[in-house]
Amino acid sequence: MLSIGLGHYLTLAAIIFTIGVVGIFLNRKNVIVILMSIELILLAVNINLVAFSIFINDLSGQIFTLFILTVAAAEAAIGLAIIVVYFRNSDTIRVEEIKNLKG
Amino acid sequence: MIAHSVFFYIFSLIAIVSAVMVTVSKNTVHSVFFLILDFISISCLFIMIGAEFLGMIMLIVYVGAVAVLFLFVVMMLNVAEQKGQWFSSRWDGGTHIPVGLLVSLIIFFELIIVIGGWKYKPDLLNSLSVNISTEVTNTRSIGNILYTDYILLFQISGMILLVAMIGAIVLTYRERAGVKRQSYVKQISRERDEGVDLVEAERNKGVKIDA
Repeated sequence: MLSIGLGHYLTLAAIIFTIGVVGIFLNRKNVIVILMSIELILLAVNINLVAFSIFINDLSGQIFTLFILTVAAAEAAIGLAIIVVYFRNSDTIRVEEIKNLKG
Repeated sequence: MIAHSVFFYIFSLIAIVSAVMVTVSKNTVHSVFFLILDFISISCLFIMIGAEFLGMIMLIVYVGAVAVLFLFVVMMLNVAEQKGQWFSSRWDGGTHIPVGLLVSLIIFFELIIVIGGWKYKPDLLNSLSVNISTEVTNTRSIGNILYTDYILLFQISGMILLVAMIGAIVLTYRERAGVKRQSYVKQISRERDEGVDLVEAERNKGVKIDA
């Protein structure tokens, strides 16, 4: 309990990952919160990689975290651009009202 | 060691609570602020565990760029009028909340089972490629292998960022009518004949220019 090991970090990452998945499911407000939940999921993945990297003494995990960070930033930029364009076209980003693909 | 544990629990508690608040809070702007708090506490954990460079990069990239980008978009799109709507008060008998909770619980228990039951491969510690050396700093050792062993991945990630930048500009670009713009083609292709007009001036009468 008192000495922090790898399991503590993995459990924290699992909790944050699950909260991100719950956020995607429960969200009915707008798409931006869904993007934030995706950021939470990526953050949990980063915690896992860094914790393994430190505890098995291998630096590759931190390098991969760096690349995940890059891809997450690119993904956030593109996603927000798509949201801005969608809002411009249809005046809403509420999740319930985005159903053009539903048929 | 005691201080390490205490700070781990404090930071992870803050991280979990703010992650919950990101998904639950009614106002989207508050969600963004809780996301920032989450990133800050996780980067504190990174710094504590010994990955200082990544912790600082998390602060710069996420708090300084991504979260502020989210904030800009939230303010630009004027979604504030939706802040009174709680996700559960809008629940109209749909199945997404029970299904979502079920799926998330299953994912969580799978992760917990994996955490409780896994073992290292027996010869793992001998097969590691890049050991963390204790003589140089974290930043320096990351730089030592990032620019040598991982240089291709590094350049590919630069390409990804370039494509993302161009994509975001192309997506959000729009032509506006009635805006005076500079036309380089017109400027460059201007000839002397259409730019300069030679006028014979009569003495004591001046020149009359109609244009």
